Amino acid sequence: MAQLSDSLLFVAVLLYAGAMLGFAGDSASRRARRVLSAVAQERVLVGAGGPDVTVTDAAPSWTESSGWAGSIAMGLAGLGWATHVTSVVTRGFAAHRVPWGNMYEFSSAAALVAVTGFLVLVARGRIDRSLGAFVMLPVVLYLGLAGTVLYTKAGPLVPALNSYWIKIHVAAAVTASGAFLLSGVIALLYLLRARFDARTDVGLPVRFPVTLGRALPPAGSLDRAAYVVIAFAFPVWTFAIIAGAIWAEAAWGRYWGWDPKETWSFITWVLYAGYLHARATAGWKGRKAAWVAVAAAGALIVDYYVVNIFVVGLHSYA
Amino acid sequence: MTTTPELDDAAVRLSTAPLPVGPQRSRQLLAPVRRAWRQLTSMRTALLLLFLLALGAVPGGFLPQRSLNPVRVDQYIATHPTLAPLLDRLSLFDVFAAPWFAAVYLLLFVSLVGCLVPRIRLHARALRKPPPHAPGNLSRLPVSASWETELPVEHALDAARRSLRRGRWRTVARPAAVSAEKGYLRETGNLVFHVSLVVLLVGIAVGQFFGFKGTVLLKEGSGFANAVANYDDIHPGRRFHESSLVPLHFTLDDFRATYGPDGKARTFDAQVHYAPTPDAPESPYDIRVNHPLHVGAAKVYLIGHGYTVHVVVREKDGQVALDQTSGVPCLPQDARFLSECTIKVPDTRGPQLGFQGVFTPTTVQDPVTHRIGSAHPAAQAPALTVVGFSGDLGLDAGVPSSVYTLKTPLSRLTPLDGGKPHLLLPGATWELPGGGSITFVGIDEWATFQVTQDPGKLIALAAACGIVAGLCLSLFVRRRRLWVRATAGSGALTVVEVGGLARTDPDAFATEFDELVGRLRSTVPESVREEE
Repeated sequence: MAQLSDSLLFVAVLLYAGAMLGFAGDSASRRARRVLSAVAQERVLVGAGGPDVTVTDAAPSWTESSGWAGSIAMGLAGLGWATHVTSVVTRGFAAHRVPWGNMYEFSSAAALVAVTGFLVLVARGRIDRSLGAFVMLPVVLYLGLAGTVLYTKAGPLVPALNSYWIKIHVAAAVTASGAFLLSGVIALLYLLRARFDARTDVGLPVRFPVTLGRALPPAGSLDRAAYVVIAFAFPVWTFAIIAGAIWAEAAWGRYWGWDPKETWSFITWVLYAGYLHARATAGWKGRKAAWVAVAAAGALIVDYYVVNIFVVGLHSYA
Repeated sequence: MTTTPELDDAAVRLSTAPLPVGPQRSRQLLAPVRRAWRQLTSMRTALLLLFLLALGAVPGGFLPQRSLNPVRVDQYIATHPTLAPLLDRLSLFDVFAAPWFAAVYLLLFVSLVGCLVPRIRLHARALRKPPPHAPGNLSRLPVSASWETELPVEHALDAARRSLRRGRWRTVARPAAVSAEKGYLRETGNLVFHVSLVVLLVGIAVGQFFGFKGTVLLKEGSGFANAVANYDDIHPGRRFHESSLVPLHFTLDDFRATYGPDGKARTFDAQVHYAPTPDAPESPYDIRVNHPLHVGAAKVYLIGHGYTVHVVVREKDGQVALDQTSGVPCLPQDARFLSECTIKVPDTRGPQLGFQGVFTPTTVQDPVTHRIGSAHPAAQAPALTVVGFSGDLGLDAGVPSSVYTLKTPLSRLTPLDGGKPHLLLPGATWELPGGGSITFVGIDEWATFQVTQDPGKLIALAAACGIVAGLCLSLFVRRRRLWVRATAGSGALTVVEVGGLARTDPDAFATEFDELVGRLRSTVPESVREEE
């Protein structure tokens, strides 16, 4: 069963990689078509006339009619997602416990949450699927690292982890982490797009990483997508910290003790709280707020990986 | 009523606090400007303080902290002789007790309270205020719709109002129009969240001031009565008084640890007998990790364990000088429970005796260096390796000394047998040079318990619940305004106009509005007659 789970994860990574290529091909071909059909589209909009319900302030819709590469990419991503779910579930059966007991399992589950979040956002029309290539690339790299560097054989837990709180605390932490990582990627892409816009608006030349901005959805929709994901993840993260505190109270005799893991969770929490406020503060909206979201995602990575691997503390299990 | 600036503002603002505009204030021309400016700066200040708080916590997440592990701080200072004193002067080894860290979070909370008080007042006022009058032209709102109905004006408005009320809108009927608003809970949640943060700080402070934490080591078979003097180590709060200690007592009957073949711990299990008061009947309990014992306001946790060795020391004439049936506790030095034991024999007729021992639960010997080690934490092949000393142990000097070390400088003690270590298996005896003997009878186990009382805990828990609930409301509740106007149109028809304003999350409002209009159309049906 454990071997089946590992093989499934490998297959899922391959499918994600295929989806990534499909998304890349899709956005390239659509860009070409967009230029060609720009004139025609304009005429359609004008001819649509005045419907009963007029929407003057709605966000522009970026879900365009499908190209074949995009459909295949979405199919591969969906298939990869289903394989990934099966991998996580079989891992749980193999270990006879929840499948998030060590760093390998945590990373795989967090990546699953990120992919789920991306698919939900696309399905709801919150972001364009042209983002797919940029989301799948870090997912593939992340899962590749998790499967090689962090790999741990399925086994039982140490006594401190043996509690029903692992289901609650870690499940919430995985969900929030996966969503935060996704929002970090979106925030970075927003920064790329905003930089691209800022330079091209005044006719400045753009060089390599910034040129990628051309293939991205408009900055406004990226900014909103990052916000939606963080607005979802922040209460979940808050709950994860509180559940962790309740667990710590039962396991270690205090609900908060500034253990390195607790400290970094706190830093991450404060930075995301800062992001939510920054997004509503004049002078902080847009790029500055996005940088805060990126910094917060960085703190999250430190919280999970750097603290587990390099810092001695009560959470040093893996 | 102007809608566009308000919409732009409210849509992006985290808060939907009503904008503070009042006739008595607008008398002074500059007042609103000054107010806006002050609000702007206070939000920016709060933001800055938030980032400072995160930044300030960073050294606490990387550098060893005295509150967690003073030994590692000492090691760090020893290995970084130039950098460490500077860091220490900045309290970077005690970040969370540092005055500058306290300054940041106290300033943040002052700014928070300063922001909260007027907002609570404004929100209370907004809650009492009916939804505002309909703007003159509903079709100029971000979303709007209109249709004609055969219902008379009053009936149409009435039906619309009832439909909105079923959708839990707050409505008010005005001449020719219905004003509706929903989503007040967003700001309520926002305020609950921020107030809960303040309550959380209060809960933490109560725990810090009135709480108590103490640890005690118990050997199997021995008991503990909850009094400050009986602890090995205590951390009382600044305002803690001994009289608030729960008068519990408990006895450790049996401790058991199980391990996997790789030596990783699987379970820890401490069987105890306890009673909440000295004369209450005793009841058994099983204290495990994640399963503390609750007695009133106190909780007893299992936090550590180790082995005790039972040794008997005899003098020259065979008389027993030491027989610790409950065992001498040995302190584990590594994950495989290689442990150090100190055996003091003060009650001798000749010179006092002392032994430094190393206990190994699963004893292995390195084939090359002949060093003794332990291969597994379970007692599969226990052995005690001792070095003996004779001389004055210095116990009568009146200076309190640890029972776990021979404090006396070793130079004042004479090593027995040239300081050669002797490996003893259970039951084995080492006949000491010059008479007397030490016998390693067997082993037992000990466990350390932590007793805590934190009167602020429930306050903190309640605050935590408020934080999550408030956060969810403030992020997921959507604030919307809606107006329905009905006017007599051409012929006997009534023109129904609907206009809406999203005060938060405007992206999703268009679809919401469509559904809403669909529902309204079903209660206020569109005329099927052909227009003339």
